[in-house]
Amino acid sequence: MTVIVSQLFTGVSIGAVLLLIALGLALTFGQMGVINMAHGEFIMAGAYTVYVLQDVVTGAGWSLLVALPLAFLVAGLMGVLLEVLLIRRLYARPLDTLLVTWGVSLILQQLARDIFGAPNVQTRAPEVLTGNVRITDDLVLSNNRLFILALAGLAVVALTVALRFTSLGRRIRAVVQNRDLAAVSGIPTGRVDRVTFFIGSGLAGVAGVALTLLGPIGPTMGTNVIIDAFLVVVAGGIGHLKGSVIVAFALGTLQSLVEYSTTVSVAKVAVFVAIVAFLQWRPQGLFTLRTRSLA
Amino acid sequence: MIARFSWRAGAGFAAGAVLLFAVAPVALSDFRLSLLAKYLCLAMVAVGIGLAWGRGGLLTLGQGVFFGLGGYAMAMHMKLADAGPGQMPDFMQLYGQLDALPWWWRPFASPWFALPATVLLPMLVAFLLGSLVFRRRVRGAYFAILSQALAAAMAILLIGAQGTTGGTNGLTDFEGFFGYDLDDPVNQRMVYFVVAGALLLLLAIARQLIRSRYGELLVAVRDSEERVRFLGYDPANVKLVAYVTAAGMAGLAGALFVPAVGIINPALIGIVPSIEFVIGVAVGGRATLLGPVLGAVAVAWAKTTLSEEFPAAWTYLQGLLFVLVVAFLPGGLASVAGLVRRRRRRPPPDPAPVSPAPAVPEEVPA
Amino acid sequence: MLNLSGRWKAALLPVAALLVLSACGSRTGENEVTTGAVADTSGDTVKVGLLNSLSGTMAISEVTVRDAVRLAVEEINAAGGVLGKKIEPISEDGASDWPTFAEKAEKLIREDKVAAVFGCWTSASRKAVKPVFEENKALLFYPVQYEGLEQSPYIFYTGATTNQQIVPGLDYLKSQGKTSVYLVGSDYVFPRTANKIIKAYAAANGITVLGEDYAPLGSTEFGTIVNKVKASKASAVFNTLNGDSNVAFFKEYKSAGLTAAAMPVVSVSIAEEEVKSIGTQYLDGQLTAWNYYQTTPGAANEKFVKAYKAKYGQDKPTSDPMEAAYVSVYLWKAMVEKAGSFEVEKVKAAADGVTFEAPEGLVTVDGATQHIHKTARIGKVGSDGLITEVWNSGQPIKPDPYLKGYPWATGLA
Repeated sequence: MTVIVSQLFTGVSIGAVLLLIALGLALTFGQMGVINMAHGEFIMAGAYTVYVLQDVVTGAGWSLLVALPLAFLVAGLMGVLLEVLLIRRLYARPLDTLLVTWGVSLILQQLARDIFGAPNVQTRAPEVLTGNVRITDDLVLSNNRLFILALAGLAVVALTVALRFTSLGRRIRAVVQNRDLAAVSGIPTGRVDRVTFFIGSGLAGVAGVALTLLGPIGPTMGTNVIIDAFLVVVAGGIGHLKGSVIVAFALGTLQSLVEYSTTVSVAKVAVFVAIVAFLQWRPQGLFTLRTRSLA
Repeated sequence: MIARFSWRAGAGFAAGAVLLFAVAPVALSDFRLSLLAKYLCLAMVAVGIGLAWGRGGLLTLGQGVFFGLGGYAMAMHMKLADAGPGQMPDFMQLYGQLDALPWWWRPFASPWFALPATVLLPMLVAFLLGSLVFRRRVRGAYFAILSQALAAAMAILLIGAQGTTGGTNGLTDFEGFFGYDLDDPVNQRMVYFVVAGALLLLLAIARQLIRSRYGELLVAVRDSEERVRFLGYDPANVKLVAYVTAAGMAGLAGALFVPAVGIINPALIGIVPSIEFVIGVAVGGRATLLGPVLGAVAVAWAKTTLSEEFPAAWTYLQGLLFVLVVAFLPGGLASVAGLVRRRRRRPPPDPAPVSPAPAVPEEVPA
Repeated sequence: MLNLSGRWKAALLPVAALLVLSACGSRTGENEVTTGAVADTSGDTVKVGLLNSLSGTMAISEVTVRDAVRLAVEEINAAGGVLGKKIEPISEDGASDWPTFAEKAEKLIREDKVAAVFGCWTSASRKAVKPVFEENKALLFYPVQYEGLEQSPYIFYTGATTNQQIVPGLDYLKSQGKTSVYLVGSDYVFPRTANKIIKAYAAANGITVLGEDYAPLGSTEFGTIVNKVKASKASAVFNTLNGDSNVAFFKEYKSAGLTAAAMPVVSVSIAEEEVKSIGTQYLDGQLTAWNYYQTTPGAANEKFVKAYKAKYGQDKPTSDPMEAAYVSVYLWKAMVEKAGSFEVEKVKAAADGVTFEAPEGLVTVDGATQHIHKTARIGKVGSDGLITEVWNSGQPIKPDPYLKGYPWATGLA
């Protein structure tokens, strides 16, 4: 019994990590149909921000709190730069943005290798986040996963509030639903695109900070997570955040339950098969916009 | 649906044949010739991608799967042939702790099964996947990502089954190729000729497909799928044929890669090599016939040469190639000639405007 | 109007050429091609090849091996070279891609005509280049600990084989009174083979194996596996994870409340460099099984560490594979000098019994298996980021890659 509960908790926390990574992607993909393969490298940039900061600010606890908004800023700015320089020219060619951003991700990875060195680097987590909450002797919830769960929840809530209640959010939703009509109504779509990219990439940076609590920080850390994130967005459907939220937690739980009874490799393949099967049933994803277009 | 014969095409193929069969073996050392054989295998995959992506608009980022299926099929046969009738391959005796050959290995002992399987098996998988995916109108970006995930899943499966597939080591250490000793440099040269011949054959097939009515339908589906559907065709079938053909080509390439290079392993199958197949096509000119081939060979050559001199520089160059070529020169290098020609043909600037004209309107410049 | 003849001519031309040319070439087993690679030893330098991943995922580890070999080459050249010739190192990048390793190996042997090659790290890269070295009858010196079950006539193995690293690790656990163990590893050749050996040892020595789990290479999600480890209440964990997975595993381990005191983890892929990238916050008190540590006492080691830090930076640690690579160059030099020639067959014939006072202690080459005698050392990670020895095997252990000398291991190889 406790095994199931602790596996559920593991599944939920895997889902939370997936969600943090995929949230920014859902925004940029949904907004512009832009497939940003460099999203993983924005995550990497957020993680390296923690590393650089810890060189400057001693005291692991404080550095994490400062790192969160700083990583948001750094990754967000990188996203805007990418948008202005390259993606702006490619809106009519979504498949080409995939290849172009893959090229950018290669360049960013090599840059990281040249600047920080090829080996993984070390960050210190605040001691409180390396501990755990002991519910029973067998059921132990680790603090870092609880923190990430809280962070993911906060991000979803903040994003939803922003999209629903602020004027910027309204503009973003307008551009997502019907770009031409929004442009004709006087919304500066170019500027809205840039802001969306900023927020989406910034969220990637925050995900990077979260990942420093869980795993390695190195030039290739982005490539490990990018495919899973894309699958979440594809299956969740573009245009609504709740699709990604539900799919992220569903996949996380599925993966953790299958992992327990078989092996990790089988679980990964099972997740993929589940998504292909799901797309057979609903090819546009879980929740989609009801528009009048044919696509 | 047979394409009209053109003297230019025949001359082109003959020139290609002369280059590959007569000039290259003389001009290159044995080592470089075997490298060229490897590049030509990659070029064969590129021909398929040029068909599916350049002409069909299907960005398939999972060609590694089909390459791997063909490669492993050939490798399994060669391993069984090396071991002798009724014996298990050497790596299984080392790692497998198996008493007998697994049932799915046995058919590969016969060349009559293994050879067709290298092409038919990938085509079958492509047919199944394509039927599932295209009928539900999964397209564009979704299709690209799904194909990537498929490549990743297959790599994981292969690595996990170490006892029966060699795991991360892959299958290597081959002695003979259909009875010919692979150590003998003359036989290595023969393998090169087989590869070159296969490439020319695939190019002929691709040209046939491109110039036929099917080719026009494929381009139409790429450019405006809905309109094609309204005209009464089923775009899913059109795309399926292109996808299956590309898979078969990749399978053949994989099969020939094994005797040419001497190894097949999951690293040639995953996400990264699958995307690397695409870059050559993008650089050369995705919608042309020769563009993918030349692009693939050029990129592979650049990789070998650069990594000899500047290993870090190769990653930067690869990234830059992706960015610059795809963003600013989407037609690839093949389109440069066209661009230059178009610039030269631009009409001279307007003469000074005349006073309000009589009834005859002035000619609007092109 | 259909004119097929011209087009078919174009298509038949390659086919005809094919048939004509395929009639040549010997068949398998017909005649043995006996010509091997010939090193270029004219002039006053002798070339050697360095074959490591300088880019890609393995670059993390392999760059340090190349640096150690370079240091050895420099030192030897400063002392006069080998047989009076200076060594000229030619470094090639395997790019963490095994076919590339095979390709570069062939280039080094055939085009650069090197006298020997030092390199490779993963077993997959070694398996990929093995046929190249055997075909061309050229020498490879392989410096990394591996899973044994191999004895190529053209490879010298200066890293530990299983009875010099894994078996002593198990002996240590047994001596500490650990009666149950959980096995965690990455999903590839080395961990799977190692775990087979561990299970055989455990069965013969009264240790219970409570579980065996594999994560794909590069996987960074260990919640489930650590849950299982914790639930099993094993008294120790034997860890054969590699690369990025180690970082994630130890972070999860600590978060789950497991400690090195209650459930120590013995790792075989964590050396000083990896300690730096994971952090002592997570590794303090954990155990490692190697044959060399930066802290290993001895004059030869002090000299080595000093020279390495002087050349590459005071913050760079030295680790076992680096030391094995450094030693391999000196061993090759000794073999060549004993044989009086660079020719591969003569060097091989002279190899047995060659010794060297290495940073890890005295090593001797075992000609029969082409491995070296090595002392096994168990170390503990300290809060300073260095690993200190807590136990060693006393005498150097004779290499036994097929575990022929261990009765409990019959049936494994």
